[in-house]
Amino acid sequence: MKSLAELQAIKEKMQNKVALREGSGEMRVVVGMATCGIAAGARPVLSAFVEEVANNDLSGKVTVSQTGCIGICQFEPVVEVFEADKEKVTYVKMTPEKAKRVVEEHIKGGKVVAEYTFASENA
Amino acid sequence: MKEISLNILDVAKNSVKAGATLTEITLNETEETLTLIIKDDGCGMNEEKVRNVCDPFYTTRTTRKVGLGIPLLKLSAEQTGGSFEIKSKAQEEHPQDHGTVVTAVFYKNHIDFTPLGDVVFSIVTLIQGDPDTDFLYTHNLPQGTVKLDTRELRAQLGDIPLCEYEIIMWITEYLKEQYAELKK
Repeated sequence: MKSLAELQAIKEKMQNKVALREGSGEMRVVVGMATCGIAAGARPVLSAFVEEVANNDLSGKVTVSQTGCIGICQFEPVVEVFEADKEKVTYVKMTPEKAKRVVEEHIKGGKVVAEYTFASENA
Repeated sequence: MKEISLNILDVAKNSVKAGATLTEITLNETEETLTLIIKDDGCGMNEEKVRNVCDPFYTTRTTRKVGLGIPLLKLSAEQTGGSFEIKSKAQEEHPQDHGTVVTAVFYKNHIDFTPLGDVVFSIVTLIQGDPDTDFLYTHNLPQGTVKLDTRELRAQLGDIPLCEYEIIMWITEYLKEQYAELKK
């Protein structure tokens, strides 16, 4: 059975790591989590991003956060990727599988997955 | 919404947006009913606003924070023969004691009862989204209680943010273990 005391050990392990990371965060992944997003399946999409970022050891570079309604409810789940000096990329109709590919190709590889973007959906 | 846990995630976010420092999510379950209570110490609403939040067409862009979430929760409770209630005290009128309480009662054996679903997933998602506010989650079942208080976690963790992946995973396991214990 887990006990709260275990958190002390986690804390000690993490302290250095968290200090190192402060002020970095070159990339931001923002998942729309308003009523529209949640109803369309944003919860597992968010968790896929959180998991993939951690498993690929990208936490120092990438933050994953939640936001409200982005305004294109019919395209939910919507995910926006912000990067300094680059134009925002909006991914639409996301799934956990698509999230995995976005982390692999875009977040890690630097190449936008064009077929999942709002721009391609509207082309 | 396919699961009540998604309504919980959605409506509890209103509490955070209302500036709550503590959001209490309580589930009281019997053989027949499931009662959901979401209570916060946020800015609250005046009487007129409370009357309007259940109207899906009330929301305009300036009051977007209410929207469809409350009407959907109300519908999913009432379609089981249950009930819905929202009470609020606005900060302007009650500076010492303000906030909102949403109560929804579901009849579990009704054909239109939506399953509770993955409530652990929703609680963890709430914490990930707003790691600086506190949540008290209590699920009272006939066979026992599952509980999580982020204030207790914070007391152990100091300034390590609750949204760190290791912490999120720990909370998930902590809650899942408590549910598994009750099934024994």
